[in-house]
Amino acid sequence: MYVAVKGGEKAILNSHRLIEDERRGDRGIPELSIAQIDEQLGLAVDRVMTEGSLYDRRLAALAIKQAQGDLIEAIFLLRAYRTTLPRFGASVPIDTGRMQVRRRISATYKDIPGGQVLGPTYDYTHRLLDFGLMDDEAERCQAVSAPAEVDAAMPRVTDLLGRDGLIEEETAEPDETPIADLTRDPLTFPAERPLRLQNLARGDEGFLLGLGYSTQRGYGRNHPFVGEIRLGEVAVEFVPEELGFPIELGEITVTECQMVNQFKGSKTKPAQFTRGYGLTFGHCERKAMSMALVDRALRCRELDEDATAPAQDEEFVMMHSDNVEASGFVQHLKLPHYVDFQAELVMVRSMRAAAGAKEAAE
Amino acid sequence: MSAATAPVATGGPETGYNFAYLDEQTKRMIRRTILKAVAIPGYQCPFGGREMPLPYGWGTGGIQVTASVLGADDTLKVIDQGADDTTNAVSIRRFFERTAGVATTERTEEATIIQTRHRIPEAPLREGQVLVYQVPIPEPLRWLEPRETESRKMHALAEYGAMHVRLYEDIAHHGQIATAYDYPVKVNGRYVTAPSPIPKFDNPKMHMNPAIQLFGAGREKRIYAIPPYTRVESLDFEDHPFEVQRWDEVCALCGSSESYLDEVITDDRGGHMFVCSDTYYCAERQAARPAAAAPWSEAGGSAK
Amino acid sequence: MAAPLPATDLAPGFAEPVRQSQQAFRAALNALSYPGRVVTVPGCVAAPPLGPAQAALALTLVDFETPVWLDHAAAGAAAWLRFHCGCPIVETPSAARFAFVVAPEAMPPLAAFDAGSDEFPDRSATLVLSVRSLSGAGDLRLTGPGIPGEAGLGAEGLPPDFPAQWQHNRELFPRGVDLFLTEGDRLAGLPRTVRMRS
Repeated sequence: MYVAVKGGEKAILNSHRLIEDERRGDRGIPELSIAQIDEQLGLAVDRVMTEGSLYDRRLAALAIKQAQGDLIEAIFLLRAYRTTLPRFGASVPIDTGRMQVRRRISATYKDIPGGQVLGPTYDYTHRLLDFGLMDDEAERCQAVSAPAEVDAAMPRVTDLLGRDGLIEEETAEPDETPIADLTRDPLTFPAERPLRLQNLARGDEGFLLGLGYSTQRGYGRNHPFVGEIRLGEVAVEFVPEELGFPIELGEITVTECQMVNQFKGSKTKPAQFTRGYGLTFGHCERKAMSMALVDRALRCRELDEDATAPAQDEEFVMMHSDNVEASGFVQHLKLPHYVDFQAELVMVRSMRAAAGAKEAAE
Repeated sequence: MSAATAPVATGGPETGYNFAYLDEQTKRMIRRTILKAVAIPGYQCPFGGREMPLPYGWGTGGIQVTASVLGADDTLKVIDQGADDTTNAVSIRRFFERTAGVATTERTEEATIIQTRHRIPEAPLREGQVLVYQVPIPEPLRWLEPRETESRKMHALAEYGAMHVRLYEDIAHHGQIATAYDYPVKVNGRYVTAPSPIPKFDNPKMHMNPAIQLFGAGREKRIYAIPPYTRVESLDFEDHPFEVQRWDEVCALCGSSESYLDEVITDDRGGHMFVCSDTYYCAERQAARPAAAAPWSEAGGSAK
Repeated sequence: MAAPLPATDLAPGFAEPVRQSQQAFRAALNALSYPGRVVTVPGCVAAPPLGPAQAALALTLVDFETPVWLDHAAAGAAAWLRFHCGCPIVETPSAARFAFVVAPEAMPPLAAFDAGSDEFPDRSATLVLSVRSLSGAGDLRLTGPGIPGEAGLGAEGLPPDFPAQWQHNRELFPRGVDLFLTEGDRLAGLPRTVRMRS
């Protein structure tokens, strides 16, 4: 006779033991350390920190280790940890104009004050497998330091354009203007740009990459130029209530992309260049660029452009950009749906029976 | 820092987190939302849903509601598909055992809070009980109009004509309304509301129920409620009144002809049988039956 | 008293905030879900001029996100609320998310408070009134969600035209304010769905 399946709790516990075992793999191979992940899988750490919305290299590395290298799972782990942290307040906005630049390129000008600094990039590597890396004992080359320090002054390209009035002016919100926080309040639409940027900063790199790409292929075309991409370290400052002046908490690595976009002007605005903005923790250039493209596309409303493409549809973009939400809901299909399925079975059978009876009668 | 925001760890056995995991500020926000939800039956209140240590789509909304309602004296029951021992029900029950240390039970009548996914228990609920539904898509108009900006206007104006048109098109094409679960209801004559994907079999249980029914959608960040003793009507037409599923068979384990049945495939030659989806209800009935009694049926025909 | 009270002179809040606020919330949830029933709030604190149930609801539901309005008779609770709840105190009733009223007979009309919008009816005020007496049997006849049949409610100390004001509030549905009536450590809920005749 049939006996209903029991033992869910035991199965779950055993499943946890299995993943622990699989994560460790062959015990004959040395275990990965957090420091190794941090140092040698640094770009993975950067992505997890960016989309996990938490700047902590060690915890991001731990999440990557715990998730067996599944970065979306690692992002989820970091987010779930982040949500439990107390809030002390908001930092002073970081000033990327004062960044200690390690890489800085512009595609709009051949030379600019401060110069082009290629820095670390895979851009011009030939994608040939480096079989030398198979040998994990081999000596690795050391980068030579530049013959001269990079210029301390590195004005942002968009600021240079702004001096001539060629690009739209960007004014900071007054300090007292409350900025919505999407980790505290549900999204409501229409969403203002600060909220959109928060959403894009946490958004899935792959989703934003696809959307950004779609604007280049004509789905909401906006003629982008890379005004500037810069990578480096910036100070994070905080004003404690009792002091009343900013103190430096430390520094973080960020990648910033300022996209410069053509704009023919509208009834109310003269022709001038417009902006798309991308910012990530660590070195996430592809993400920063995609974010900037989508940011610009989502500004269609304020610039009186027709919103016809997916990348211009803020509700569509913002409701589907978060990979922790998306991953959870897609994967929840693995949960039992016996009850709904049974309801569908009953209905399909009854509809087939009705159709059969009708056919027989005809 | 004021006294009210100071973290006080009075958690369950799992130290390091607040009682029932959520911090007090988050609970306050959710509690305010729940009270507004009760005051506006069937209206989806936006709330600042938090990231939970369980994945979105796996009950994070229900968990946040339960965590905000739950007290040390409560007795919690968790079911998924009507069963206490499905993996996700086990996992959520363990979460609250660990973070709140509350008593748990499988006995429907003993529970003061029941968190559920996809079912309403067969045993009638009573005053003093809170039924918390896990909701994947809280917006009943989503399939007609995916934009929140639009569906919000439709709710504001009680403009539900499109929903009736969709149901009527079903009748025209299929001779019946082709919605077997998540069948839309109207709450207290005003808001069209998604009953979460319970089978329409359970819809009538929502009507004038003495218990408090709360709905949590974590990923979509909505909470809504059906207060006790509130009218809940499944949308229908005079010439096509609402009907629930019925089976020709009875439960093979307890003989019930009144409960919602799950179909179980017993072999690869077309053999199948039907058993209660509500495992506690079924176990109680089996226990009350003489031990020697034969199974009620070994294999059934098809449902109608 | 001219100078604001130093924090140490303030009445204390909950001794066990996690447990007490959960109990107060459940009392509020039950009161609002079963309108007309008078529910006792366990473990109240005294914070005059607020009544014990009023103070418990404040500690349970109010924080920096919810601006509070106080009637003249409740004004003495401002420092206590600011310290324990961290809430802004506002001058105009319509700016408040919560209102605590100690002398309801002289309070502004219900229509002076935010009733929310048709699209966001949840963004409306919750009013917590202290009345002279409260009983589950009285002249106010209530019907609506949460009430099997009809319930009676007795409340002394409400404005004389309260039933008419409530009728107007009811007609705004889904907009409208929601009320808690309190006496000592007991409270009753009046969600906007309730129909009332006297």
